[in-house]
Formats: sequence, C-alpha cells, structure tokens
Amino acid sequence: MTRKKSPNPQSEEQQPNEGRRDFLKQSTLLTALAVTPPSLLEAAELRWDEKAASYLEKMPLDLEINGKAQQLSVEPRTTLLDLLREQLGQTGTKKGCDHGQCGACTVHVDGKRVLSCLSLAVMQDGKKVTTIEGLANGDQLHPMQEAFIKHDGFQCGYCTPGQIMSGIACIREAHANSEEEIREYMSGNICRCGAYPNIVKAIVDVKQGGQKV
Amino acid sequence: MINFGYSRVSTIKAAVEALSKDSNAQWIAGGTNLVDLMKKGVTTPEKLIDINNLPLKEIKKTGNKLYIGALALNSEVAENELVRKEQPLLSLALQAGASQQIRNMATIGGNMMQRTRCSYFYNTDMPCNKREPGTGCGALKGFNRMHAIFGTSEKCIAVHPSDMCIALVALDAAVLVTGPKGDRRISFQNFHRLPGDTPQKDNTLERGELITGIEIPDNSYQDHVHYLKVRDRTSYAFALVSVAAAVNLQGDTIQDVRLGMGGVAHKPWRLTETENFLKGKKASEATFRQAAELALKGAHGFGHNNFKLKLAPNTLVEALKIAAGKA
Repeated sequence: MTRKKSPNPQSEEQQPNEGRRDFLKQSTLLTALAVTPPSLLEAAELRWDEKAASYLEKMPLDLEINGKAQQLSVEPRTTLLDLLREQLGQTGTKKGCDHGQCGACTVHVDGKRVLSCLSLAVMQDGKKVTTIEGLANGDQLHPMQEAFIKHDGFQCGYCTPGQIMSGIACIREAHANSEEEIREYMSGNICRCGAYPNIVKAIVDVKQGGQKV
Repeated sequence: MINFGYSRVSTIKAAVEALSKDSNAQWIAGGTNLVDLMKKGVTTPEKLIDINNLPLKEIKKTGNKLYIGALALNSEVAENELVRKEQPLLSLALQAGASQQIRNMATIGGNMMQRTRCSYFYNTDMPCNKREPGTGCGALKGFNRMHAIFGTSEKCIAVHPSDMCIALVALDAAVLVTGPKGDRRISFQNFHRLPGDTPQKDNTLERGELITGIEIPDNSYQDHVHYLKVRDRTSYAFALVSVAAAVNLQGDTIQDVRLGMGGVAHKPWRLTETENFLKGKKASEATFRQAAELALKGAHGFGHNNFKLKLAPNTLVEALKIAAGKA
C-alpha cells in the first residue's frame, strides 16, 4: 500500500484544469536542478549531529516518501507540509488552517499519523512518510479510498485526504471499535461541509470488512 | 515563519550546553506548540536545538515509582500497559487532550512546557504581559471567557492549557531536571507558577534546565478515577473546566482522595483543602456538594468567565460521582 503511481506529466497536460498543479511540479523540477553548494555536501557527510546550520543554510534531508527514497535539502523553517506540496509537487496533502487545528494535512510518519503543518521537515530525517498519493496500488484504490467513494464520505473533498489518512490510522490503532470511538479518534479532522456521518460509515465498513489497511 | 538555525544533539550534556551558551536558542521536541507559536510570531528563537535523539523515551518502574522519560509521546504514555494499570488517571487525562495526530507528536516534557492558549497572548497586535512584559493584559477587561478564576493577578489571568498536568498535580508527580548546576527534582505542585508580577514565567525552571522525565509515586488510585473535561465541543478543544478525581474507597467511606482542576488557573490547580475535608466522609452527592463549595473559596470571575464559578463546582461534583461510582 505504500506503492505510489509514478507521475505521468503527459496525462497531466491533457487536463486543462491542472495548470496550478503543473506549475507546482515544474517548480519542483527547478528546485531539484538547483546547484548544490559544497557546504551542503560537507554537512551531509557529517549528518549534522551536534552541528549547527546557520539560518540561511539549507540542510540535507533523507526521506522515504511513499516508498521512494529521496535526498533533499531544506531550510530549517520548511514544514513537512510545505516540502510535500511546494518542493515535491505532492499536492494531495492539503493545507487547511496551517496551525494544527483542522487535520487536512495529516500524513503517516513511520506509521504514525501526524500533522505535517506542525512538523519541521528537517526533523523527519531518515523517516518514512506516507501521503494520500501513496495509498493506491496502481489503479487499485486503497480500501479506505473505495469506502469513502461508496459512502460519499466527502462533499467539497478538501479535507478528504487527511480524513482518509486518519481513518486508516484509526483502524490500525485499534480505535475503530464503535461509532462513538471512531468519532472521538477522528475529532482532529475538521470537516466544514459536514460529511462526518458518511466518513464514520466508511470507516465502519472498512473495519468490518477486515481487510488489511 | 521567520527562519532560524537548527542543530541536533544526542546527549543531555550537549543539550544543556547548547542552550546555556546561546541565549536565543530553544529546544524543540514534538513542536506541536512551539512551531505554531513561531508561525504566529509569538516566539522567535534564532536557533532550534532538536532534542529528539536524547535517550529519554523510556517508561519503567523504578522502586515504588513509575518513571516516564520526557520524550515519551503522549499517545504512547496514554496507551502504555504499565501506565493504564498503575496510573489510569494519567492515561484518561492524556486521552482527553488534543487529537491523536497531536498526541503522536507531543512529548511528556513538551506538554508541561506548552504555553497558554489565551487569545491575547497569541495575537501579537494585542497587549500581553506574558508575551511582552509591561504591555498590559488585554484579557482583564476584554473577552475573558476562557480565563482563570483562581490565583490571578492584575498582570495576567491566563490559564494553563494541559490536561495531563492536571492529573500529574493530583498524583503528586515530581519533575526530574538536569541543568548547568546539576540535577534536581521539582514537585509538580511547584513546577508551574502563578502569574504574580512575572506572568512571562510559566514555571520554576531556570535557563538551561532540561526536563528529563517525571516520576509518580505508587498510590491506591487504580479503581476509582475520572478525568472530566467540559469544553465547547465533545472532543478536540481546550477545557473550560476540567477535574481530575481519584478516590480510595473503603466500602462507602473515602479513605483518601486527590483532586486537580484545569481551566481555572495559571497553573494546574490542586484542591488540597477540599481533599482534607473529604477524607473519612461518606461518598455521597451531598458530601461532594459541600466539598465543591469549599473548593470554590477565593474564586472570582472577570465578567465573561463568571459562568465558571458555577461550572467548576458542578464539574467537581460530577467527576467525584463518576470516580466513586455514584453517578
């Protein structure tokens, strides 16, 4: 389930509404092509343990994102959310409140669900990140994605990626034993359009289906 | 967010040295509160020192105490078998705090260090003696619905936001710290402070002192405990009033009792006098009512939060009833 469908720029170009996503993906390419300063390479060798980065320096960062190892460099202030969206063009993870209050940015880090807007990217060095883009296996959706569609667990869809990441975690944490418990453990994901009843149904469905999530 | 320098440390010694020699540096662990404060410009450290590699994650029994390392995650502590068996009140309080995503990031030490959620503290356009000493208190005559009813000063009426700490003050926990002058142990009651003339100081830590863990002495509060949190929505909101109640019953008689209250003061509020009143008495709603009256001695509201003068005693009675199995 950590397999990621490889991005296909051609199919993106065919969709006229994808201009913003194209822009983000292109910016990502430019970032990747940026010249790596020698100081950064040296820093990478030292792995920064007990070494300081000045506030203007970028820091090396090794992450496994949706099963793919990535060697990156980031400013210390870059959040994991901004790294995913702006540097890597992975815009499935949503920026809602950007202050840890809505859950739209929920991702899994080393198997635990966390808020990427309050996670500094540099602090995730060496960790495994799974985002909504990493759930489907090719064209086969993750059971929770299927269940959200089946139960109409979204209206505007903006909070949906975070809800799905939390829904999966909720089952893995063994906190999906009743509707009440599901509601409690999904409370960090705020939906303004009010799709909660259908989200709960979707989670109950996946839990009862007994599929491995 | 204004940029900053960043470094990692892997020993406690290096962590203490790094902070002692750099007055504009701050430690970061879970970051759930600090990163938010930095985004809002409430705090602007020039350097963050990441302490997550320190060996402070263990939860274990040492003699007749339960030890929890400062870097243990809120979610891990809440679900830990030893904690649930020996200190269920702590587990309940932790589960009432924040959301699972945040509990998966937040650490025990960081939880103690979180700042108030007073909106005047968070809004840098507003006066706030806690954020900027000498600028005044916007809440005093402002919108103070969430604010304190105990131990306030003219300088600050903000409340302490943690749920975990309300359980810890009731359980007589101790905070273990290491600093430039060596190790010391601070009783939980003396860890956080009242605002007085220096509301910018949340606690009694000195510069460079690192929380390494907490210890909770063994007790007999395994069967009759409850953490009741009253808030604006069912889950994922800060407390208007919360009560941590632990009762040791022999038949219907209260052998011993511990009470902590949250959402009412600048620090986790321990109700020692009320506890003494309850000892030896019969567990009944009438007794709990009397106790609640006693608990509210010295409380006063600031207008919008006057409702807490009724909500606090009612919450206390309800928490005691549930804890004692009388609900």
